[in-house]
Amino acid sequence: MTLYTYDFSTYDYYLCPMKVGVVVFPGSNCDQDAVDAFESFDLSVVKLWHKDHDLQGCDLVVLPGGFSYGDYLRTGAVARFSPIMTEVIAHANRGGYLMGICNGFQILAEAQLVPGVLLRNTSQQYVCKNIYLKPQSTSALLTAGLDHDRAYKIPIAHGDGCYFANNEALARLNDNDQVLFRYCDEAGNSTDAANPNGSLDNIAGVCNDRRNVFGMMPHPERAADAALGNTDGRYILEQLLTAVLA
Amino acid sequence: MTYLAEIDIMPQKEILDPQGKAVKLGLHNLNMDSIDNVRIGKHIRLEVDAASEDEARATVDAACRQLLANLIMEEYSITMKTA
Repeated sequence: MTLYTYDFSTYDYYLCPMKVGVVVFPGSNCDQDAVDAFESFDLSVVKLWHKDHDLQGCDLVVLPGGFSYGDYLRTGAVARFSPIMTEVIAHANRGGYLMGICNGFQILAEAQLVPGVLLRNTSQQYVCKNIYLKPQSTSALLTAGLDHDRAYKIPIAHGDGCYFANNEALARLNDNDQVLFRYCDEAGNSTDAANPNGSLDNIAGVCNDRRNVFGMMPHPERAADAALGNTDGRYILEQLLTAVLA
Repeated sequence: MTYLAEIDIMPQKEILDPQGKAVKLGLHNLNMDSIDNVRIGKHIRLEVDAASEDEARATVDAACRQLLANLIMEEYSITMKTA
């Protein structure tokens, strides 16, 4: 029996209890979107206040999108030192699953939980639109099970999403199969024209070398409800659930 | 003793600075065509209590490395004086 297909009516919560924690920083604004998306998989989801020190036994911790601490200094730079981050970092170091979306990715990068950094978009513009993503890593659980010949339509909304890493770090990312997604066009070609923010090699998401920390700029949680007209994000979030349950 | 630190944080040379590039275009629109290589960074001024300038500098240096600058993309310089 395949428990973790797209149809989660077969999902047996009692066999595979899993708890998701969404951290709320001052300035987070996608926390409820993330809660709604994970609750739609019939999972137990709690919000974790940034001043707390308790992850409440969560198996998966999510750092949501937004503008934590007003994006002051650098995006994610101040949130990275919020009290709960001590426990979040310990969770990741224990091998616990951690995902950062958009501002959450920026926080992961500032905490050096994933390699690289997010710079101002080369256009100097805030970009809010649907883009296409091609899954890359065949060894990271987030993308291994996705269709690698398909372009997934996912929205982005950010001003600082230009992924950068130095040559050495970039080579390591590629050699270790740590690139999760690249921006592409609808046909799946990673071209300059399909790169919305100037990211190095069209990189839209990466994981750490241990493959338990995932960061991505696009918002799968905003494309996870049929009522919103796009459910491609469900496929991505679904991978995350199988990752945690594996 | 209170020391005053003046900190300059700049994007590393190999990092594209789109803000500097846009401002250069603006300057050229003002016919200041002799201006080139515009780079934009941050200036932070802060006070620190310490027994000596060396101790103050060590504190400010730690602040730069841990929070004020991201060494993946930025470099910093510190000037200290007594407040």
